Amino acid sequence: METAQQEVLTEQEASSGIELTGSAALLEGLLVEGVDTIFGYPGGAIMPIYDALYDYKEKLNHILVRHEQGGIHAGQGYARTSGKVGVVFATSGPGATNLVTGLADAQIDSTPLVCITGQVFAHLLGTDAFQEIDVINITAPVTKWNYQVTDATEIPEILAKAFYIARSGRPGPVLIDITKNAQIQKFNFQGYKPCNHIRSYRPKPIVRKEYIEQAAELINAAKKPFVLWGQGVLLGSAEQEFRTFIEKTGIPSAWTILGAGAIESDHELNVGMLGMHGNYGPNVLTNECDVLIAIGMRFDDRVTGRLDKYAKQAKVIHLDIDPAEIDKNVQTTVPVWGDCKETLPILTELCEAKQHTEWLEKFRSYQKEEQTQLITNELFPTSEELTMGEVIQILNEITKGEAVMVTDVGQHQMVTCRYAKFNKTRSNVTSGGLGTMGFALPAAIGAKYGAPDRTVFAIIGDGGVQMTIQELGTIMQFGVDVKIIVLNNQFLGMVRQWQELFNERRYSFVDITSPNFVKVAEAYGIPGTSVSKREDLRTAIESMLNTQGSFFLEVMVTKENNVFPMVPQGCSVSEIRLK
Amino acid sequence: MSIMSDQNQKETTPEKQEYNITVYTENQIGLLSRIAIIFTRRKINIDSLNTSPSEIESIHRFNIVINETEDVVRKVTRQIEKQVEVLKVYYHTNEDVIWQEMALYKVPTDTIAEKALVERLLRENGARAVLIRKDYTVFETTGHRSETDSLIAALQPFGLIEFVRSARIAIIKDSDGFNRKLREFERIEPGQEPVENEYLNDRDKVFSM
Repeated sequence: METAQQEVLTEQEASSGIELTGSAALLEGLLVEGVDTIFGYPGGAIMPIYDALYDYKEKLNHILVRHEQGGIHAGQGYARTSGKVGVVFATSGPGATNLVTGLADAQIDSTPLVCITGQVFAHLLGTDAFQEIDVINITAPVTKWNYQVTDATEIPEILAKAFYIARSGRPGPVLIDITKNAQIQKFNFQGYKPCNHIRSYRPKPIVRKEYIEQAAELINAAKKPFVLWGQGVLLGSAEQEFRTFIEKTGIPSAWTILGAGAIESDHELNVGMLGMHGNYGPNVLTNECDVLIAIGMRFDDRVTGRLDKYAKQAKVIHLDIDPAEIDKNVQTTVPVWGDCKETLPILTELCEAKQHTEWLEKFRSYQKEEQTQLITNELFPTSEELTMGEVIQILNEITKGEAVMVTDVGQHQMVTCRYAKFNKTRSNVTSGGLGTMGFALPAAIGAKYGAPDRTVFAIIGDGGVQMTIQELGTIMQFGVDVKIIVLNNQFLGMVRQWQELFNERRYSFVDITSPNFVKVAEAYGIPGTSVSKREDLRTAIESMLNTQGSFFLEVMVTKENNVFPMVPQGCSVSEIRLK
Repeated sequence: MSIMSDQNQKETTPEKQEYNITVYTENQIGLLSRIAIIFTRRKINIDSLNTSPSEIESIHRFNIVINETEDVVRKVTRQIEKQVEVLKVYYHTNEDVIWQEMALYKVPTDTIAEKALVERLLRENGARAVLIRKDYTVFETTGHRSETDSLIAALQPFGLIEFVRSARIAIIKDSDGFNRKLREFERIEPGQEPVENEYLNDRDKVFSM
């Protein structure tokens, strides 16, 4: 995006300026920022922008979603697969409040977005006008930055700031609220200059080499070093730097679900997934390693379990771009502040080339135990009913880990993250921090626009798909090629699992009925099928992949299957249960 | 490994006490709200909040007082510093700052006239009359919380009509002001001079980017 800035004005126009409305200036700015796709929904207070958009149809591809929440999740999906800033339009009032869930999701998962909301005329602010809502205050806790524009002349500068803030440092969502008068107002547009500095904002902390030297000293002396990596590696485009680091130092490495794919699943140093439903070895051995190296991750409670029993024996090195993450949850021995794309090469240079064969072997033996006790049964079941895991296993065999997996929230999400092969970066799009059910279907639409050459699967539970099922309309209208797989266990499965394990099987309101999904899909002109027998599964998946365009596959799976391993809430990571 | 051990061992004071948080910011609508919600989200009561200009034109200064443990205060200050329009945040205990609060007291004039005791009381407390009318007199005093508080208690029996106290303002004892730091912020590329990294040299004392 930084490289693709196009000159939209002639030299003469840029020097003397041209008369433009605020709306047109906004769209000119989007073009300079390299925006090609907008997800949005019109309404009264944003009509002038939509009117201007009519003249930009050839340059800006606007995707009309079916609900503003769908719009922002699509923006997130787009940002996550493309690495660019997602752009979302919504109107004032309910249009704006419908963005809140997606903003919160993007804020906690550090996804760069620029959302534009319309607002009532400036003279009506505070009068309880039709569709007026205080969107700046409502969204303050869930945006990296927000701003209300009441004068068109502010638009170029504010939009430039918005893009700069959204994508720099630790990325995040930004919202600009533009009153209707500012959209209509004409002013002398002097061209659009992207922003690269804000006095009060330091996106990257200064790299201090002496701390990297201390980190290297610890790593070189370590007998049982262990790397945890997160989305920071992807956000910093530091996949290669990360690979070089672990390959030189020979350190076993485990990932958070948002970090998945930075190195391929079958890499010999990739020891698996962290957290509540992560792999056995990485969880247990967190409490046995002597040096813990956290790279671009934030020690979420779903990763750490009980904090006072988390890696207490280890020296902790924490590499992060956000100073507020250092010492937030886990006390570090050595903080390494900075963009890991810059800090990792310095660290790698100072580290000795090593192999930790014996230590790595320990991970392998836990892996074997998990495989025999649990994974084999999940991926190659002998029971009559289908499991979620075997669906993912077949996808792995067919796609060879090349596809984008967009997941919702719940059991299917954990199963997909655990078992899907991710052989490319930016392949796992999921709602991590916020746990937003209803995320997957719209996010998959955006993911496809962000990575048009890749196969995109939306893997969703029967609960989550019903939260944003209206986005089938978007898929229909724009012919979005998304392969939808609903893993239907006829329950709100994760809540049911907790009720089974911790509430004496008191299944309180987790029994959910679904419509005939195949007929629903058919009504939207999307071909589909439902399978419940093993002998039909592979054929169904193959025919889904052979179908041009979107496809809806429902797989009826065992009703009361549980996701294991599991670190029960309030327990230490080393108390992880295999059953 | 001795380089690490001293930092590792440093324990922060676990007890709650008053901390003075000083925030240097741009002047922007909505920033007060963004800063306030950082506290409310964590269910932290703001004991006092003052906004004022600083020694530099266009730079504003917040003085916030909360009663919390140092660990909480440090984490909160880092969250405040993440706000785009915030330039810098410091926190200090009461020992490290010079602080004052101002109070106004409205007392019936006849009581003061009749009772010499009251006037003496006010004078002893460094109070000064800012308005004298037939019916009431307004006194002003400046000092620490305990001083303005004790004067309320003392005046209560004499028919104190109205009382108000300002937010706390505090000057940091060992601060050189903000001018030098601001010049660093105004450079597009951060300099090699690690002026914004005091925290790394003295992790427990100052937070910084």
